[in-house]
Amino acid sequence: MTASIPTNQTILVVGGGISGMTAALEAAECGKEVILVEKTPTLGGRTAQLYRYFPKMCHPTCGLEINEKRLRGNPRIRVMTMTEVTAVAGRRGDYKVNLKVSPRYVTAACTACGDCGKAVSAEVPDAFNYGLAKVKAAYLPHPMAYPQRYVIDPSIVGTPDGEAAKAACKAGAVDLGMQEETAEISVGAIVWATGWRPFDANKIQPYGYDRIANVITSVEFERLADPHGPTGGKLLRPSDGKEARNVAFIQCAGSRDENYLRHCSRICCMASLKQTQYVREAYGEGENGAKSTVYYIDIRAIDRFEDFYAKVWQDPTVSFVKSKVARIAENKENGNPVLHGVNTEGYHRYATEHDLVVLAVGMEPEVTGVKLPEDVIQDSSNFIEGSRDGGMFGAGAASSPLDVNRAVQSATAASLRAIQVIRKTASTEAA
Amino acid sequence: MSDMNTQAVARYRNNFLKEVEERVEDGHWVRMCMQCGVCAGSCPLGPHWEHSPQKIFMMIRAGKREEVLTSDAMWMCTSCYNCIVRCPRKLPITHIMHGLAHYSHRLGLAPKGQPTREIAKLFWDSLVKTGRVNELKFSLAMYFKDGFGQGIKNAMAMQGVGLGLVKAGRLNPMEILGGHACKDKGGIQKMIAKAQEIENRKKGLTA
Repeated sequence: MTASIPTNQTILVVGGGISGMTAALEAAECGKEVILVEKTPTLGGRTAQLYRYFPKMCHPTCGLEINEKRLRGNPRIRVMTMTEVTAVAGRRGDYKVNLKVSPRYVTAACTACGDCGKAVSAEVPDAFNYGLAKVKAAYLPHPMAYPQRYVIDPSIVGTPDGEAAKAACKAGAVDLGMQEETAEISVGAIVWATGWRPFDANKIQPYGYDRIANVITSVEFERLADPHGPTGGKLLRPSDGKEARNVAFIQCAGSRDENYLRHCSRICCMASLKQTQYVREAYGEGENGAKSTVYYIDIRAIDRFEDFYAKVWQDPTVSFVKSKVARIAENKENGNPVLHGVNTEGYHRYATEHDLVVLAVGMEPEVTGVKLPEDVIQDSSNFIEGSRDGGMFGAGAASSPLDVNRAVQSATAASLRAIQVIRKTASTEAA
Repeated sequence: MSDMNTQAVARYRNNFLKEVEERVEDGHWVRMCMQCGVCAGSCPLGPHWEHSPQKIFMMIRAGKREEVLTSDAMWMCTSCYNCIVRCPRKLPITHIMHGLAHYSHRLGLAPKGQPTREIAKLFWDSLVKTGRVNELKFSLAMYFKDGFGQGIKNAMAMQGVGLGLVKAGRLNPMEILGGHACKDKGGIQKMIAKAQEIENRKKGLTA
């Protein structure tokens, strides 16, 4: 790699999801030097794990492909995967950042042919599918992975499986002696695009996510619907592999709740409305067709999404119950979850069985529980607002619960602010 | 209708929400309810009472004063705290229920003969008299509240438990003759009177 040495004219972008990629690209395309660090082995983040986008129902692969092409063609961005920020010192225009690079055990010589994966027998939980499936311990994170380079799980290093992977590689790209590395870099501005994670559904005790097999989360449902997912795109429920035709969606699973997440996660209403359409597409209308029920406090389909909501409202396969579900029990005979609560429109008590329950889990900042540099300002939900010295910025879902479209807008805005910091630093030094 | 009730009606006119906010314990939380219904669904007594908490809160906002205050709904609360634990806005629902019950009782609107109310009254009357609850007199009053015949039946049904308590030294039959009191009976009564005076002043309750 012939990247230049980072200086205080460089912008550091932390996180390689859709927001981080956008912030890095926008800055680089304005002529700035950028380092883009990502904790996992691939860029793309949670966007790559979605099956379709709302409201157009198009596939994320399309946008990712465009961004990956922009990245490949831009010499100003240096992408570092499996890299974490461990410390930040200094101030606006002059930060010293410590990085930790975990070993991938596969070098840039990898051609992604897949021979190592075939040679290995051990399997590890597939993070791309939220652990719903297993993957070989030498794997490509997902079909759209960037870089297109295999990863060897540390668990097989030093075992015969590791040696088998090395022996199978025709390109000589497997390096089992790779060690963790550290680096210190200088940068002028930092964009935190650290993203979000689904709220831990186990904490919502009355919903039984930890005890009832057929209670899953919305992100897991995305994986079920995806042809690259563990069921090949079929909506099969976990307990017995039966087709899930009668699906309940529970809104505000963790969000808008002083006991869990204080904020409205904003995307979940639209995500569930979108997912009702997956059920419809799979089973169609009719007696034994799709049946989706959305349990909600109020539907928050913001601005132009109202049209999508109106369309789903007309859909005969979808019904709405205005109620925060009180608890979920399990019918032991057929494995069906039974929802208990009160429909507040008329105050009707219900106990309704469904094939599958999808919890529309809220967005929690990925940095929750992580100690950020002291100067970073976070709100009461841990979203990043910026920094006191004005040299660090939150972008995308790290800054607020945002959908992909708004995350990209937010990242572009953060990128512009970072560019301003760099320009100011440059003009001060010139004077 | 009591004087206190007439005075309350005159003072708050049709603004029942304001009345609840000012005069009911924790009543200021009522407007925070977002009508999700999780309290109603979580209540173990749910199917047995007329109005669920979130419905009561909506009725308060809608100004349904008479219906709320004469309802027996809040008297059905057993203080299991399921609703408080699950409320996404952390409303102290159990406490509001008790606050409403207490307020309706003071106004003289609470349903007559409602068992929870009867027990609460017996308990309170016993307590303020001597500073101690006379358990023997309290239980007997409970048994006989629905008449003499029913009282004998109740007492007979419970005699095994009663004898067990006597044997274990937990119940003294001599308490029937007046019972023991705390050391400074007058002091306790003064304290309660003062507390009531403060409460009345703070909530603007007169008559």
